[in-house]
Amino acid sequence: MSSSDRQSEAAGQAPAAKMERRAELTLGALSSLLLFLIAGMVIYVFIKAWPSFAHNGISWFGASGSVDQQLTKIFDSPANPKDYVYKIGTWPLLYATLLTTVLSVLIGGVLSVFTAIFIVEFAPQRVRDSVSPIIRLLAAVPSVIYGLVGILVLVPFVTNSVISEGRKGSVAGVVQLSGTCLIVAVVVLTLMISPIMIAIISDALRAVPRGWKEGALALGANRWRVMWTVIVRAARPAIIAAAVIASARALGEGIMLAMVSGSVGFAPNPLDGVTFIFEPLRPYAATIVDNAEGLSVVPFGQTIYAIAAVLLITALALSLGGAAAKRPLRKYGVRL
Amino acid sequence: MSTVAPQQPIRKVHRKGKDSVSSWPLRDRMAIYACWAAGLILSSVALLLVGYMFYRGLQYISLSLIFSNPAVGSSQADSGGFLSPILGTLILTTIGTVVALPIAIGAAVWLVEYGRPTWLARAVESAIEVVAGTPSIVLAIFGLLLFSNKIFQPLSFAGDNGVVVGRSFLTAGTMMSLIAVPLIFTSSREALLQIPAQVREASYALGKTKWATIRKVLLPTVRPGIFTGTALGMGRIAGDTAIVVVLLGATLNLQPQGSGPIISTLRGSGSTLTSYVYNNSPAGEGNAPQKAYAAAFFLLFLVLILNFGVDVVARRSKKEIT
Repeated sequence: MSSSDRQSEAAGQAPAAKMERRAELTLGALSSLLLFLIAGMVIYVFIKAWPSFAHNGISWFGASGSVDQQLTKIFDSPANPKDYVYKIGTWPLLYATLLTTVLSVLIGGVLSVFTAIFIVEFAPQRVRDSVSPIIRLLAAVPSVIYGLVGILVLVPFVTNSVISEGRKGSVAGVVQLSGTCLIVAVVVLTLMISPIMIAIISDALRAVPRGWKEGALALGANRWRVMWTVIVRAARPAIIAAAVIASARALGEGIMLAMVSGSVGFAPNPLDGVTFIFEPLRPYAATIVDNAEGLSVVPFGQTIYAIAAVLLITALALSLGGAAAKRPLRKYGVRL
Repeated sequence: MSTVAPQQPIRKVHRKGKDSVSSWPLRDRMAIYACWAAGLILSSVALLLVGYMFYRGLQYISLSLIFSNPAVGSSQADSGGFLSPILGTLILTTIGTVVALPIAIGAAVWLVEYGRPTWLARAVESAIEVVAGTPSIVLAIFGLLLFSNKIFQPLSFAGDNGVVVGRSFLTAGTMMSLIAVPLIFTSSREALLQIPAQVREASYALGKTKWATIRKVLLPTVRPGIFTGTALGMGRIAGDTAIVVVLLGATLNLQPQGSGPIISTLRGSGSTLTSYVYNNSPAGEGNAPQKAYAAAFFLLFLVLILNFGVDVVARRSKKEIT
């Protein structure tokens, strides 16, 4: 280093340190921005939603008549703020959300565990090399394309070939079976969330220390037993985390469900037997999509924001829960 | 290496020896078959889905569809093509990525290289996880609430009664960036964590400051990671519908607002391929399935190219390391 360089560096010492400090602060501020955004989002949405919760109390979640009629009444409420109508019981929507989410996560979970085991352990190298990119492909497909295939292929198939006229007649007075239904929604949703779960689970299965597997093999267990009793067991936190994260995804899927679920505020009745899975429904997220046009009507907007607030809090809890469930895996060096 | 050598014969014996699947108990054999079935069913459904979209798309797509704008028409023959939705997708993806990149990379660098105070670092990490899990429809209507404020009028435009509408490419793009932030953040953070400590120490030993090390040594090294995250994020932005339907207005064509050649488009509303597909499906108002198939094919093609790019880059950077 020449002497002039050294001089300039000595002279620039103070500004350099200042710049260091400034860089750290700028980056820190940039990161904290996201924190403020989340906090702001929760507070802002809740303030907007408050009147709807305040007027209904706990019965906001309850069942009280047709939710679609209530929404129409809220939409048509008088212009005078004192006469705003708020009465709503969103049980059919909540029930629809739970049904689609829980069913697809259960089915998808089982499918994902087996597929992940297949990819990690039992598939021959050449099969593995083609199966895992294909499944990643499934994750890349936009949700509106799933919805399109659902509504243009599965729905006509179900209504023409699967639901008989007799079945349609059996519930004709209650609800119209038009092919957009629970089973189509669950099948498409399962396809959408499985790739996420497979990615998380297979990463965890790969990360289980090899010695554990070899130890079990040396004790005489066959490869399936080793997989199931040692490796899958060690990766249980990942399975939980995958299910939780996939639930958050399924819960928030609005567009696809708005397309294939039927968009009727109806609670499918398990007592109807097989007809149950062909009944239409509409989860929370799809309700927001369907009614986004009416947000400028004050009480209606507040009701829709109340639904968004419920979704937001649930997704927040699920995200944090998923992160907490993954934490035990860090001891294997897995960071998902 | 000496520890690996004795292990290999053990594995070979076990693969080719007595423990073949046919000698297992029935229950275990069933389980293996279930694994095969699950893997093959999922991948064949995926192939079927993409194959069907390609079949339908190629059946209906034509150059005139790609290069003409949507129009109001009663039948599928005279409702125009989807040039402006394609432009919309490109504009929105660009805005979203440009907004997301500095935030995501800044957060990743801060978290890995500085990360003090620890509680703040942990909170930021959780915040990004929460952003990743927030439904895009909720982001969309929160965006509408936020950008309808008077201060954000420059980002969108005001309606006839002076109320700020909050729907424009700029507002939608800003909200879209939140979808890309977690993906870019995660892949840059992973890449940063993989850089060995001696690389940083070597740079410090040469008299470089921390900031100079980050700019000149670390960021160039993690470029493949950043690229991967960005491409995935772009795919997600291009594929999102909810924010477009709510926050972009999903109008038929680009509707510039105000003056200025580019800024008026950005402040105006428009549509993207996703909202075009949605509106032309039986669920939307257009109900033109052929158009929807053609546009969906185009969209899928874009997204798959992005994902293919990710695979290529990942493979190349893996080769460089080994």
